[in-house]
Amino acid sequence: MSQDTWNFLFIGLSFALYIGIAFKSRAASTKEYYIAGGGVSPFANGMATAADWMSAATFISMAGVLAVDGYDGSRYLMGWTGGFVLLTVLMVPFLRKFGKATVPDFIGDRYYSKAARLVAVICAIFICLTYIMGQMRGVGVVFSQLFNIGIPLGVLIGASIVFLYAGLGGMKGITYTQVAQYCVMAFSYTIPAIFIAIAMTNNVIPQLGFIGEYTNSEPAVPFLVKLNQINADLGFSYYTSGSLSRIDMFCITAALMCGTAGLPHVIVRFFTVKNVKAVRTSACWTLSFIAVIYLTAPTIGAFARVNLIESLDGKNKEELPSWFAQFEETKQMAWEDKNGDGMVQYRGPEKIKAGEENELTFGKDIMVMANPHMAGLPQWVIALLMAGCIAAALSTAAGLLLVLSTSISHDLMKKVIKPELSDKEEIRWARGASLGALLVAAYFGINPPSTFVAKTVAFAFGLAASSFFPTLVMGIFSRRMNKEGAIAGMVAGITFTLGYIIYFQFMGGTKDQYLFGISPEGIGFLGMFVNFIVAAVVASLTPKPPEEIRELIERVRTPGTNS
Amino acid sequence: MEETNTARGRYWQANLRCVGVLLTIWFFVSYGSGILLRDWLDANFPKIGTAPFGFWMAQQGAIISFVLILIVYAFWMKKLDTQFEVDEEEGR
Repeated sequence: MSQDTWNFLFIGLSFALYIGIAFKSRAASTKEYYIAGGGVSPFANGMATAADWMSAATFISMAGVLAVDGYDGSRYLMGWTGGFVLLTVLMVPFLRKFGKATVPDFIGDRYYSKAARLVAVICAIFICLTYIMGQMRGVGVVFSQLFNIGIPLGVLIGASIVFLYAGLGGMKGITYTQVAQYCVMAFSYTIPAIFIAIAMTNNVIPQLGFIGEYTNSEPAVPFLVKLNQINADLGFSYYTSGSLSRIDMFCITAALMCGTAGLPHVIVRFFTVKNVKAVRTSACWTLSFIAVIYLTAPTIGAFARVNLIESLDGKNKEELPSWFAQFEETKQMAWEDKNGDGMVQYRGPEKIKAGEENELTFGKDIMVMANPHMAGLPQWVIALLMAGCIAAALSTAAGLLLVLSTSISHDLMKKVIKPELSDKEEIRWARGASLGALLVAAYFGINPPSTFVAKTVAFAFGLAASSFFPTLVMGIFSRRMNKEGAIAGMVAGITFTLGYIIYFQFMGGTKDQYLFGISPEGIGFLGMFVNFIVAAVVASLTPKPPEEIRELIERVRTPGTNS
Repeated sequence: MEETNTARGRYWQANLRCVGVLLTIWFFVSYGSGILLRDWLDANFPKIGTAPFGFWMAQQGAIISFVLILIVYAFWMKKLDTQFEVDEEEGR
């Protein structure tokens, strides 16, 4: 069978599975549509949240980023997992106890104000929309490469499938498809890693090979020593030492962590389980499932870097492996023989300074996608990887779509504009809104506003860290926080962060103007403090929240009470 | 500031203590050993396999610790729920 047949087979089968599951569990009431009826098991919700959380970018690019950045890449590893600790101990059990369907619901009720709810809705829509555009683009790119169709058609196919099961099935539909998608993702990510670990370190478990010996040389040397040696020989800095300043590293990691804890599509996933105790158990499962992939990513990055360099650097045209031509054709790798010696030279900054030229360029996505080729794995593994990649994009897009549609149908229509809406009409609004949101996302997926999307996705975390995260935490942990403080804090935090990002990304600010040497990627961390401080000052100057709000906080804090 | 004389107040205090302890560990395993003290740990701590300690914490150890923290949190809070009788009824 040819590679195309395998791809069609695997992707076709996985789609049939997703749609079949969605059809069996489609939603009939708003409660099922928004929170899957509230009875999902902690284990299933853990898998679904993990799939929801890991986007196409995580799945395809993270290992590549780690391979290039080495130690510096740890900011993503720690940031995107450590956020779940904050999320679990500071927020979701209490929000689940509160018992409403959306994040703006909590902010609106806790801060007894339609204005606060509106600010929250706008933040949610903004964060989710920038995020979902990237997903649609990712689906489009994968489809177009697989089946030789244009990216626009690829985006449209992806959009229709997401609408079929997320728009129609609601939370109940996406929960069980995400469970299936997680399984596809986990298998397709770890299997190539295991094969390559065996090939390079003679160890079945990639994480042990990573800290073990490199066995392809005589005598065997520690793997990381080998990697550092390769980096140094080619003029890169040591893999295990970073180049980011310590304060920047600290702030970026913190912004990613707090941002993770403030992303609405992750928070709502925890509203689908039975009770507070189930939320805590479910969080354990979620992080364990995420850890399976996040602990594998650095090993793939490191192995692939050694493998890639060993099989390409210093080779002439005849010696180059056959997969190199394939990736050259799709423009993911390029070799330009600058010094005309007929051999590939891959060189880093130090050697370039010394007058040598780098002749090899490759995209960051290549590490995961090229891995099976480099390790000489069978065709079905590559097909599985493709299916996993699409699963990652679809599951995240579906989760985001749900937040977008409920923000409009529930928070905007039902709670602000038309309170007399019946249950049936509300679902109709939600489905309509999801179609609308998907069309907008598909449009931007086909016509991405240049590099804007890629940048804003990373900054969505900064914005979430400076808006939702502090406001939610104060709403639970401070009885004194009132609506004036919360609104002022959210507005100040997001304005500060957005202003800083826009100044440095789009208005030509330079590196030496950085505040305390913090890059725009990490500024959300400072924005969070701006939010906390402004909120505390304003709250101390304005009246206390009413008595019933203090009651509400008491109720949220204690699991087993109904009063 | 918070009232400590009611059962609810005491439950909340116990909850805050739990969160405080766990977040201290959380800070130490990630920012502490992965970033702030990394160079010192790389130089002075025993290697994990063949990897320098600080580097390994940043790429693997922190994530493993996070999972353990959440497991401890689930059990600790379950114990508090029973102790202060704020347990949820099953099936609600």
